Amino acid sequence: MSGFRLSTGGRIDRNTLLNVRFDGRRLKAHAGDTLASALMASGENIVARGFKYHRARGIYSAGAEEPNAYVHLRNESRLEPNARATTVEAFDGLISTSQNSWPDVRLDVGAVTGYISPFLSVGFYYKTFIGPFSGTRFWMFCEGFIRKAAGMGRGMKVDDPDSYDKVNAFCDLLVVGAGAAGLSAALTAGRAGADVILVEQDFELGGSLLSQPQRGETDDWLEKVKAGLKDLPNVRILTRTTAFGAYDEDVYGLIEHVSDHLQSPQNHQPRQRFWLVRTKQAVLATGAIERPLVFGNNDLPGVMLAASIQTYANRFGVLAGQRIVVSTNNNSSCQVAVQLAQAGADVTLVDARPHVCEVLAETLAKAGVAVLSGKAVICAKGRRKVVAAMIVPIDSCGKATGLAKRLDCDVIGVSGGWSPVVHLWSQRFGKPRFDEASASFVPDIRGRETVQCAGRMVAAQSLEDRINSGKSTAKSTLKALELKPSRKLHPKTPDTVLDTGWAKDIGTIWAIRDANDKTMGKAFVDIQHDVKVTDIDQAYREGYVSVEHLKRYTTAGMAPDQGKTSNIIALARMAELSGKTIPKTGTTTFRPPYTPVAIGALVGHVHGHHFAATRYSPVHDWHVENGAVMTEAGAWMRPWHYPEGEEVLRDAYIREATHVRAHVGIIDVSTLGKIAVQGPDAAEFLNRIYVNGWKTLQVGQLRYGVMLREDGFVMDDGATARLGDFDYFMSTTTANAAKVLAMSEHLLQTAWRDLKVHVTSITDQWAAFAIAGPKARDLLQLALSGAEISGEQMPNNHFVTGEIADTEVRLHRMSYSGELAYEVYVPSGFARHVWTALIKAGEAFDLRPYGTEAMGALRIEKGHVAGPEIEGRTTLKDLGLEGFASSKKPFVGSVLKGRPVLADPARETLVGLMITGEQGALPGSLIYSTNRPMQGHGEGWVSSTTWSPALGKNIALALVRKGKFRMGEDVQVVNHLENQSLTAQIVSPHFFDPEGARQNA
Amino acid sequence: MSHYSAFSVFRNALTGNRHWQRAWRDPHPKPSYDVVIVGAGGHGLATAYYLAKEHGIHNVAVIEKGWLGGGNTGRNTTIVRSNYMMPGNTMFYERSMKLWENLSQDLNFNVMISQRGQYNLCHSPAQMDAARRRGNVMRANGIDADLFDRVEVRQRLPYLDYSPSARFPIHGAIFQSRAGTARHDAVAWGYARAADRQGVDIIQQCEVTGYIWDDGNIVGVETTRGPIRAGKVGLAVAGHTGHLADMAGLRLPIETHVLQAYVTEPLKPLVDTVISFGAAHFYVSQSDKGGLVLGGDLDGYNSYAQRGGLPMVEHTLASAKALMPSVSRLKLLRHWAGVMDMSMDGSPFITKTPIDGLYLNGGWCYGGFKATPASGWCFAWTIAKEQPHQDNAEFTLSRFERGYQIDEKGAGPQPNAH
Repeated sequence: MSGFRLSTGGRIDRNTLLNVRFDGRRLKAHAGDTLASALMASGENIVARGFKYHRARGIYSAGAEEPNAYVHLRNESRLEPNARATTVEAFDGLISTSQNSWPDVRLDVGAVTGYISPFLSVGFYYKTFIGPFSGTRFWMFCEGFIRKAAGMGRGMKVDDPDSYDKVNAFCDLLVVGAGAAGLSAALTAGRAGADVILVEQDFELGGSLLSQPQRGETDDWLEKVKAGLKDLPNVRILTRTTAFGAYDEDVYGLIEHVSDHLQSPQNHQPRQRFWLVRTKQAVLATGAIERPLVFGNNDLPGVMLAASIQTYANRFGVLAGQRIVVSTNNNSSCQVAVQLAQAGADVTLVDARPHVCEVLAETLAKAGVAVLSGKAVICAKGRRKVVAAMIVPIDSCGKATGLAKRLDCDVIGVSGGWSPVVHLWSQRFGKPRFDEASASFVPDIRGRETVQCAGRMVAAQSLEDRINSGKSTAKSTLKALELKPSRKLHPKTPDTVLDTGWAKDIGTIWAIRDANDKTMGKAFVDIQHDVKVTDIDQAYREGYVSVEHLKRYTTAGMAPDQGKTSNIIALARMAELSGKTIPKTGTTTFRPPYTPVAIGALVGHVHGHHFAATRYSPVHDWHVENGAVMTEAGAWMRPWHYPEGEEVLRDAYIREATHVRAHVGIIDVSTLGKIAVQGPDAAEFLNRIYVNGWKTLQVGQLRYGVMLREDGFVMDDGATARLGDFDYFMSTTTANAAKVLAMSEHLLQTAWRDLKVHVTSITDQWAAFAIAGPKARDLLQLALSGAEISGEQMPNNHFVTGEIADTEVRLHRMSYSGELAYEVYVPSGFARHVWTALIKAGEAFDLRPYGTEAMGALRIEKGHVAGPEIEGRTTLKDLGLEGFASSKKPFVGSVLKGRPVLADPARETLVGLMITGEQGALPGSLIYSTNRPMQGHGEGWVSSTTWSPALGKNIALALVRKGKFRMGEDVQVVNHLENQSLTAQIVSPHFFDPEGARQNA
Repeated sequence: MSHYSAFSVFRNALTGNRHWQRAWRDPHPKPSYDVVIVGAGGHGLATAYYLAKEHGIHNVAVIEKGWLGGGNTGRNTTIVRSNYMMPGNTMFYERSMKLWENLSQDLNFNVMISQRGQYNLCHSPAQMDAARRRGNVMRANGIDADLFDRVEVRQRLPYLDYSPSARFPIHGAIFQSRAGTARHDAVAWGYARAADRQGVDIIQQCEVTGYIWDDGNIVGVETTRGPIRAGKVGLAVAGHTGHLADMAGLRLPIETHVLQAYVTEPLKPLVDTVISFGAAHFYVSQSDKGGLVLGGDLDGYNSYAQRGGLPMVEHTLASAKALMPSVSRLKLLRHWAGVMDMSMDGSPFITKTPIDGLYLNGGWCYGGFKATPASGWCFAWTIAKEQPHQDNAEFTLSRFERGYQIDEKGAGPQPNAH
């Protein structure tokens, strides 16, 4: 191949020269070029190297089916590996480099693998590298080299500087593909008033019409249809947009390449935009891809899909070579040959069929195309590019019947028929049907009410047929949409010379073999993955006969081109070998995406901080302003500790916890889940969902409650207050708020539909602050007005309403820390106002804020369970909470909690551990009896640990087998991972003030 | 059948690779077998192989509706690990790991077991504590585990997001160095070939349509290729377990769900290990061919269709970018789905059933691949000896009745855990 730019023609702007580079070399590029056409116009023959044998590869096609021309596009942080040159629009400043080659693509050392290719036969890696040694080391040693050799492009380890956008769109009709059929469909539906989205992956509308000569009749038609569509505000036209996936419920995924045709995105535009389209109807008019013929050295630069040579000539004004051989088995190549001859090439049409129809023969002869019928190319000659084709007479199966003759040429065009692009259809509906008449897989349209297919995709052949199929499918969607077609006439269907299609009289040959049924040299089925005909043959011999086995064993069709040109060839060869028909041999299911999609595009804005919502307390800013170190608690951020000076976490929490026990502290507990339980049956609902009884709770009181899952394990705990006769205020742990609400909703909507109750999340509506410490009451008596809170008037588990700083609040008396404690509930909007008022009022009492770490220390000292203990596998008894369970009523989990394993007395139960020595234990350590081997699952595990300021000791909570009966026993506490082995004594988990004198003060 | 080796590859190359023999035969079903295994995925084939190899039961057929290895064996993300904490799981998965380590040699087929290690990232102190407990159980059971802090993780995996804009900061990770990946198709093929060499008949394109009963016992299967009598029938049909059990009148604590998997275009080496994101359900590794293999959570609805929807695609890829921002410009090549037999505690069944003659291997959730060798080994044991091996003793159907849920997540009875 020695491509060059023709002096005239092409849909390019010859006045605009673009700076486009490949491996540092400047290319001759104009606006309207693709990178591939610019490469070809500049005579770049070798643009890539093969995956396995590193053979020289040139441009093979002019579209998404390209197996060869993959490059690195742009550089540095915008580097994009595996960019397909045939669909990359040329832009000023384009930098591209070759990939998978060293030192460069022209002279690649990796090509030596070609010499040992017989030993790299299909599946050789399954049969070797096993080694005589045991274990995996030998293989992993070899694998290191394989991994380095594999892969194609290079990924970067730096952040992507570009942004991506997402649109949720709705329409009546989505038309995919703006070729003749798609344009007709869009115009028909658009004129009828349907809300249409028309999607085209190319940067121009027209599809294969763009490959027709410029200013011909087809251009006239195209201009008129485009103008007609432009007049319709109800038709949204998306060019540079690929419909990559079809999903259930008529959802389609599109990627709009907003800025990929620019050096970098401009004016704050995203690089790409992901459209998630929900449509009522779809017309798929995705066209067809030309199928190759397989012969020796069919991967040499200069071997191309026949129609793509036509595309380069007519659309880009680039002739791939001077002497062109077109090897075909169908009529579609006649037009190609004639137009190439008209463009000035010396063209020989080698037709596999014994006779070319007279009309065609006459036209070909008139155009000066030499025709050889009953013949085919059996082998391309040349080392780095095609220099000749070896042509043999063949029988109807593609086997040589005579000697090969050499014909010098620089390009060999191939056409083995066409494959409709059934990908989107198949993603959704599975396997397509084989249509014998056109020798191709087509959509099986029966019973698909919302998806229609049109044009070449259903093997419509002539331009007239394609246009009509677009119109008629659009009309049938209009019926479903209850719209009437407009009477306005469409532009007259243009006449095109040699508009034959491929189906009529198509020959059924796929691969050209010699008289012994052997291909000559390396004959590739899948050019991108270097899968040869002989590989298919070997796979067959070894029993990998199902298409799925064939695909996986040979890797045919699994490269980035997803086998667009190769799948059917592999199938056909397998059918031939097994003596079955192609439909009997089967086909694989196509998977999304149609062409590879940038991960960033589907992520859109959902990255960095926006990956997941962050929940903040309404007092969050105060914590930050006052030096709190924040920590993650599920989706929430909570103050972990408030270091003073150079304090580290340990110093800070010890100081904070000590302060609470000595004076008074305040902690923001707004993250607690809060649920309004309202309705006449609210008490009954609580009675069912909690293990304890709720019927006796009076207005003005609150109660601690425990919930089980249906399977009898503890799910959550918290306090619920009775605000009114039918009005309860439930609190849950921070972690389980959503779970409790979901379970409540689920039960109320399924099992308990008789209960008149509403549950509503009010977590965000209420802030909550716990004030704990011996001076808590004194402080609140000062700060709160409108309520009496003396010990007698407001004992534990009661609440009052009053005002703090002119804001109405509710004050619950309840203790988690074990100190005299209250919780202040404030509407969120007034949270900071009340919080700062409390801090101010607290100055006189030395009130200090404390964080979650100190709160943890305080609750561990009290033996209160939290997340580490309520870990989804513990029972009421395990946690010492069995006393709460009512025996008088059923509740969620009451039946299954009695299962033998849950009731087993040998289970692990909650205990305290008094650690011996100065070193504290770490949560997750295992517990073993003294003098027992430290192996297996242990006799228990440490759930929570702290250095107890109140006791001046390292303590822990743990779950230990039969723990309740082992008080006073010494055990080993072992952290194998961090080489720590401690001794501890099992004690009651209620380390501090077990009688509760302090909280009842 | 020829033995595979570098020498056999060399010798065959000299004769144009024209003398390779079939990897497995394509036999017609015999009228009866000692054991019929339904499902020629990894688990079914492994069961047949170990029945023959370990227990001398060679008169075995594995029957398959489609093509061997065409279900979840050929659709998973190929991760192999043994980091299980719950009694009942720990030693079972470790048995699997040990079998993996010499599986290529055992099968004379390179299943490409690659112990590249696996990191489970932790994103809060609480997750670090939970990881420590898991790691300690592993160590105490002779399984390798390490706990790394943020600094160490950053040194080892510098390309993850440690910036202040990471939504979930990395606090550390638990690491199993013996974990890694295997070539999933090769596992099915390797077991098929090895079982075939032991005389096992692998009968593809043969769908079970019902059971042959005798006095309340199952004594064979009705198939699309005729009746096949069997001394014992074992089910190893993953997402179709509920369906096959229903034919026998059994209702199981299993739901079938869709799980998607994803692969990028092939790239030069980028990720040299397996990484699990602890803040979302997501993991990534890189195949030998160069594609990044991504996995995420269930789509969340019951289905037998092997395709999923866009919401989970978006979420999984968002997790990928959250973990490793540089994947943004890399391209997703393909995504597909398999149907998972989700049990109600995330753990499997390898057990006799209440029906004499019927044995069950299922409930693998989305974690069956790593279990393949031990699953086959223990199922073969259970079938041959009429009682479970101690490593699968707890994988019974009655465990829910007894309250012995093997719940690694502590998530409770939901069909979305493993």
